[in-house]
Amino acid sequence: MAESDLARRASTVLPPGTPAPDFALSSTPDQQLRLTDFRGRPVILVFYPADWSPVCGDQVALYNEILPEFREYGAEILGISVDSVWCHAAFARDRNLHFPLLSDFEPKGAVSRLYGAYRERDGFSERALFVLDKDGMIRWSYLSPVDVNPGADGILNALDSLAGKSAPAKSESSRADGAELRP
Amino acid sequence: MSEGRLTPPVSAVDHAAGPDNAPVTLVEYGDYECPHCGLAHPIVKATQQALGSQLRFVFRNFPLAEAHPHARLAAQAAEAAAAQGKFWEMHDMVFEHQDALEIEDLLGYAKSLGLDVAQIARDLEAGTYAKRVRDDFRNGVRSGVNGTPTFFVNGVRYEGSWANKESFMHALREAAGQAGRGTRPTAGANG
Repeated sequence: MAESDLARRASTVLPPGTPAPDFALSSTPDQQLRLTDFRGRPVILVFYPADWSPVCGDQVALYNEILPEFREYGAEILGISVDSVWCHAAFARDRNLHFPLLSDFEPKGAVSRLYGAYRERDGFSERALFVLDKDGMIRWSYLSPVDVNPGADGILNALDSLAGKSAPAKSESSRADGAELRP
Repeated sequence: MSEGRLTPPVSAVDHAAGPDNAPVTLVEYGDYECPHCGLAHPIVKATQQALGSQLRFVFRNFPLAEAHPHARLAAQAAEAAAAQGKFWEMHDMVFEHQDALEIEDLLGYAKSLGLDVAQIARDLEAGTYAKRVRDDFRNGVRSGVNGTPTFFVNGVRYEGSWANKESFMHALREAAGQAGRGTRPTAGANG
């Protein structure tokens, strides 16, 4: 993928300092989750292209394993892709996942679009990460090349900043981080 | 995502094979039940053989236990063997028997290696090395490890292919050459 192509798209994910757009999406065939339900806690939003694809598999397996660390920050993690609730259910069962996968299914990709994390050409979500503070403000965002598992170090650093454990991530100072791309 | 720097650097608490002042330190974050790590195991062995005293190899635990239910116990068994001076023997044994990692299998390996089996059983039962294994995992996450195996060469994440033995060895020899041409390598300097 051309560097310039990536750079152009990078500017589309919502940057730090932006209020996170609210949404309600299905997590199971009979349950919807609304973003504002999580006010009062940091929220990690993980947009990813598809259940079952190998890189996603590794990425969700990693986050699944790091849940105890995320919980130390009181943070919730939500996965979002355009897969249906039934697909999510099968994937979560197969991988023994312990966090919700939300279905951005109808209208397809609507929430991903709100966050600037939708690939029009491909018809699925970008591989993009957002860390929201307890008031629903985006404090860190990152767009990964679609075939690269971005790991969790950026998420944990952002949560550290929110918890005041290191240099504060005020929206201004972290904007550069959020926009920064590392191949 | 990550800057790809190994944190913390290699130190005396690590399991290391090869001289401390070797020009190349190869660190693997691995999972004993991960099939890719199983494939990487003989390749790492081959690089150790080929590079000899040029290479120091360090193994750190990165069990993805939700996906690999035996990985954590196997890692603890290797740590318990380390306490009896036989980390690498158990490490090899486990990687060579990835399909048999129940507790009785692990104790069987301990027995065949001449370890104090009752002690290993107590260590596994009590989770004596659970924290050590988890600490490795947490440090790995902070270093940008996103799956297994992940390798670091002289403290920098290795992005190339390990599955191709020749190109992997070439990268390690290059690193050895660079270390040789640069400042004189000292123990831990490349961490």
